[in-house]
Amino acid sequence: MARLRSVGVATLEKANPSHFLWSRRHFLSGTGGATLALASASAWAQATTKLPLPGGPDERSITTAFPQKGALILQRTRPPLLETPFEVFDQSVFTPNDRFFVRWHWALIPTEVKFDTFRLAVRGHVTRNLSLTLNDILALPQVELAAVNQCSGNSRGYFQPRVPGGQWSNGSMGNARWTGVRLKDVLDRAGVKPGAVQVRFNGMDEAIVPDAPDFMKSLAIDHARDGEVMLAYAMNGEQLPLLNGFPVRLVVPGWYSTYWVKMLNDIEVLDQPDTNFWTKTAYTIPDTPNANVRPGETGVPMVPINRMVPRSFITNIKAGDTLPVGVPTLARGIAFGGDAGVSRVDFSNDGGKNWQHAELGKDEGKYSFRQWQIRFVLPDTAGRVLMVRCTSTKGETQPDTPNWNPSGFMRNVIEQTQVVVA
Amino acid sequence: MTRTLLPIALIAGFAFAPFCVHAEDKLILKSVSVELPNSDRMFPDGPGSQAANGNCLACHSAGMVLNQPAMSKAQWDAEVNKMRTAYKAPIDSKDVAPIVDYLVSIRGTN
Repeated sequence: MARLRSVGVATLEKANPSHFLWSRRHFLSGTGGATLALASASAWAQATTKLPLPGGPDERSITTAFPQKGALILQRTRPPLLETPFEVFDQSVFTPNDRFFVRWHWALIPTEVKFDTFRLAVRGHVTRNLSLTLNDILALPQVELAAVNQCSGNSRGYFQPRVPGGQWSNGSMGNARWTGVRLKDVLDRAGVKPGAVQVRFNGMDEAIVPDAPDFMKSLAIDHARDGEVMLAYAMNGEQLPLLNGFPVRLVVPGWYSTYWVKMLNDIEVLDQPDTNFWTKTAYTIPDTPNANVRPGETGVPMVPINRMVPRSFITNIKAGDTLPVGVPTLARGIAFGGDAGVSRVDFSNDGGKNWQHAELGKDEGKYSFRQWQIRFVLPDTAGRVLMVRCTSTKGETQPDTPNWNPSGFMRNVIEQTQVVVA
Repeated sequence: MTRTLLPIALIAGFAFAPFCVHAEDKLILKSVSVELPNSDRMFPDGPGSQAANGNCLACHSAGMVLNQPAMSKAQWDAEVNKMRTAYKAPIDSKDVAPIVDYLVSIRGTN
């Protein structure tokens, strides 16, 4: 059983003790909880885990070697790529800070950040350049928002044919309550000049090779000033772990985490479209429905990846688990609408022939994970495929067939969990 | 934080905007100093492993490569060239072919 050390998680349970019968007590006393605790104990003992990626390699170390971090799946040591073990998502709607996934592009990450000397520059096409201290930022109106932060390449390891890149299972995502200030308020203090088209964000990380492209991302000026994009200095009620972007990171609700620039220390308002590698060339998707192309297809127009799409997962039953015949069984999990709220979660225990509405948990805001649960009875001992499907408040739903693109981005196919019945 | 989150949860029920604004109880941020672990993992021995160790590990640890799926020679060639052209890895041109051949030998499709 993982330590629930994070203030945010503990507070959530206090504030909302009986909602949805999904308190920690329920988790510990239920059958699903017992199975999970056992599974996670054995994973700890071995210090390795297997990700069921088609064709492998499937073995990964479980690491506790990273500062301010608990047990995570080691995808790469340097620059760090650390994945959240999937059982964490069964424990709370918010992902504890010490289990939150980590992804850096370049290896020179400052290991020391001082409160007094940190500065955030705001410059470019503005009336006055700013150099903000952390106290300046803390003095702005404070806002809070629950939002899913998901890597563009989450679940890349399930693409077939396989594609190069971080070979993630489904754990390069997390949900947190972000606290900080509106980007709009910061830009207003600098005074955006007429003719601004984009805002570019740069963090303190650097490449080993000096002429390698600095990691920067840009948003359209109207998006940057929409009042939702924020600079977060806390997640789940605590300052950000360094590897999640201390002291300040961008939060772009509903968009993939490539835009959520960590250790943000430079904001530049542009009067021309950004042509830097990471905005214009990297992180692009086919401009097709579901960013889908045929393997080998060429000549497809590409656009920068942008908003997220709906996804849903069962968190208390794993592929290969044995479920009892003839008695009520609980399935539960998480769903998110992408750039919209969750309108509906449907569940099938017969491979998608019949679907039932699942009960939805508390609405923590449209950009948050939403918990769901359903009880069902399996009438016979035939093997079963469990499926779960999220429909967003925009009416967008998950596709029956997986998308494919050469970068392994935006997977959101309906998940399938094969179980044994006895 | 317990004090702040309770009223926020209540406000959230009424607001249309996803944001909740609350002025009180600013967080106190503290300076951070950490050490990041390194990796001493090398590429498994084989023809070309020296070239791989000498060129690849400056920018990233070996695990990134060893976790990759099996790929064709053309795909590995594209990867090595992406490291050189997009990410400016200073790989000597004479090392490119040995590195690609080595990668095919450990993670090739045929």
